[in-house]
Amino acid sequence: MFNLKPKPFSGGVHPKGYKELTQQQSISRSFTPDRVYLGMQQRNGSMLSCLVSVGDEVFKGQLIAKGSNDMTVPLHSPVNGKVVDIKPYLSSHPAGIKSQTLVITCNGEKQWGEDFPPSDYQKLDHEQLVQRVLDAGVVGLGGAGFPSGIKLRLARKAKVHTLLINGGECEPYLTCDDRLMQEHAAEIIAGINIMLKAIGANKAIIAIEDNKPDAIAAINAASEDFSNFSIKVVPSLYPMGSERHLIKAATGIAIPPGQLSTAQGILVHNVATAKAIYQAVRFKRPLIERVITVSGDAIESPANITVPIGSLVSQVIAECGGLKVEAKRMIAGGPMMGQVLPSPFVPIDKSIGGLLALSEDKINHRNSQDCVRCGNCVKVCPMGLMPFQMAAHSNHDDWQGAQQFGLDSCLLCGACSYICPSSIPLVQYFQHAKSNINAQRSMMQKSNLARQLTEARQQRLAKEAAAKKAAKASKRKRPARARVSQGETNE
Amino acid sequence: MTTTKLQSSPFVRKPLKTKTLMFWVMLCLLPGLFVQSLHFGMGTLVQVLLASTVALVSESLVMVLRKRSVFSTLSDNSALVTGILIGLALPAYAPWWITVIGASFAILVVKHLYGGLGHNIFNPAMAAYVLLLVSFPVTMTSWMPPQSLLHETLTMADGLSLIFNGYTVDGFSIKQIASIDGHTIATPLDEMKTQLTLGFTSTEIANNEVFGQFAGIGWQWINAAYLVGGIALVYLKVIRWHIPLAFLGTLLALSLLSSSINPDHSIPTLLQLFSGATMIGAFFILTDPVSAATSNKGRIIYGSLVALLVFVIRNYGGYPDAVAFAVLLSNMAVPMIDHFTKPRVYGYGEGSNNEQ
Repeated sequence: MFNLKPKPFSGGVHPKGYKELTQQQSISRSFTPDRVYLGMQQRNGSMLSCLVSVGDEVFKGQLIAKGSNDMTVPLHSPVNGKVVDIKPYLSSHPAGIKSQTLVITCNGEKQWGEDFPPSDYQKLDHEQLVQRVLDAGVVGLGGAGFPSGIKLRLARKAKVHTLLINGGECEPYLTCDDRLMQEHAAEIIAGINIMLKAIGANKAIIAIEDNKPDAIAAINAASEDFSNFSIKVVPSLYPMGSERHLIKAATGIAIPPGQLSTAQGILVHNVATAKAIYQAVRFKRPLIERVITVSGDAIESPANITVPIGSLVSQVIAECGGLKVEAKRMIAGGPMMGQVLPSPFVPIDKSIGGLLALSEDKINHRNSQDCVRCGNCVKVCPMGLMPFQMAAHSNHDDWQGAQQFGLDSCLLCGACSYICPSSIPLVQYFQHAKSNINAQRSMMQKSNLARQLTEARQQRLAKEAAAKKAAKASKRKRPARARVSQGETNE
Repeated sequence: MTTTKLQSSPFVRKPLKTKTLMFWVMLCLLPGLFVQSLHFGMGTLVQVLLASTVALVSESLVMVLRKRSVFSTLSDNSALVTGILIGLALPAYAPWWITVIGASFAILVVKHLYGGLGHNIFNPAMAAYVLLLVSFPVTMTSWMPPQSLLHETLTMADGLSLIFNGYTVDGFSIKQIASIDGHTIATPLDEMKTQLTLGFTSTEIANNEVFGQFAGIGWQWINAAYLVGGIALVYLKVIRWHIPLAFLGTLLALSLLSSSINPDHSIPTLLQLFSGATMIGAFFILTDPVSAATSNKGRIIYGSLVALLVFVIRNYGGYPDAVAFAVLLSNMAVPMIDHFTKPRVYGYGEGSNNEQ
């Protein structure tokens, strides 16, 4: 009733963890798919241009597609093999959208195509470090998938003083970051040191939830030698992994709405990203695989497993013993914020950190009832919003009303939907409202642009007309002048 | 195989339903119901059953008219809770039509004309109670004296007969049964109010036997039972502590203040807290989520506002008890309370670390 322990932030929920399913087993590294599917469209919608064609032999780590700018990270072949097809194929988008996809068969060999001698990051300057990270195609592995190199570059510009490493992993079921910290603590620490150099910060904080004692011990041991490292054990509370909430819990600083954390001098990166950055800088190894948690009560033997990017969900699940009961719901990511997988035959992309197959009784689906204004959603909202009011406004297509109750600050963390006794799909309302607001905004931008263009065109036409007129006038004058001058000379 | 139907996250839910919450509310009303029946006879039980039945029938009727599923609406238990609360609020031997009017008004008009569960502005049970109180003041204030003061005990048959015919099995009317030594016995709050206006001091009045040990024979134990049930609700996290604590705290504070300033002419504190509808109000009526404020801060303001109104009406108003009026008046203030107590959005003006 009266919680005397100070909470790291207001709100939050304690969903059942189910972490014990996978927490105690080490990461399995034996999985090799027989083919991989690499989509050319990235999460942010931009397209990559393909550098190989059907029939080409490719090696592990070879650059096979690149973007037009740094915001579109390059793609590398995760396997040794041969390009067999380039065709539209399913992506992990929940609507089952197809995109141009490169299909590579794998010949089973595991060695890298090129071996670079280990390089000392101390001898590289910050721009070289960032360039290596960009070249390796590293994106944030926590879920958002933002290019890490860009993030580092922006952080340097913003004069960041503290690097906060997110080892929160607050989603139920997921333990891949936990295992990574236990098994690759040294590489993570090295990655953090590289990032510190790249952004010019001197302090690193690693925040880990208190339900991962082994990970805390491993990171503690690995970071002993560095006096500028500190480990912050934060309470297990969802959504601890949210950037803003982790910052609040670890440093006490609250980032104002609309501001980036870098404005307060803090940059947040995930532990898995730190490891990928280490690989990228030290060995010039691109990001071609990641550790994901395959779990849920429908999976025969849940595990953490290293998966080459582009492996099919179906093959990964088969590697984990397949399904033992009917999987009513397959999810990419965690159960709180993950997305429905449209089919088991979609490829895994860089930002998927978990695969869950849940049976009927774990999803606990219920028909929603009317809101009784119980206020539980208000209590658990980590952003201090009133979700039921936002939902009521969204329900009537009153987007401005929803925004007045803070829709723009909503993280879509799902704490409100989780707690709602009337089972109202609040997050769905908010997603709907947000996408409508975005659509309106882009319409507005479009019409603004169209107006500007029209105005510019009119100005240009007017200018041209004026110029023509002036030219005409001067033309008419010139012959006259010429005649006069002629006359003069004739005389 | 896998459902490919689009669904939005989250995919896990806390296994807690409105239905379950309402069920716990009913369960925690049981001690109060038991003690109330013990002191005022089986009539209470009959009223509760009658009011619940009418409430459920009314709700089914609306659902049929609105072409919605009757079963799924009834199964949220909210109409049942409303019915039970009305049954508990009515005098134990009020005639049956009072109960029928009350329960059907609560469900048909107060709840469903406003749009059904979650959309009503007023607390249905209290709105019905007020309707009955202003329409049939005599019947509604004719509380039987507690059983222990009666010359003969009323049987279940007497109770049914009184409610449905107006007379006991032996042919006595409610007035005849209720009068002891030739005059009707009022409820402790009513008695206190009448005597205060007649110029007696509260200590003198408190010597009257209806006041029992501290807050009226029967009433004190009924309130104690609701307090127990209410604490159980808070413990079970069905309701949160903000409204009951704010309500009881404010009432206590105001009462202590007035007793210390003017001890002879104010209602004694214990009587304020343990008589009338104080405890059932604090834990079961004010906490109706639909018509109460939603944020924690808002709930504290709401609870205090009800307490203030209860105190004012009990001391200076025309009615002996005031919970129903105070709740309705505060219900009207809820949208405004909600507007001004929106929780602070994360990151807005937290401490000095942002002003860099």
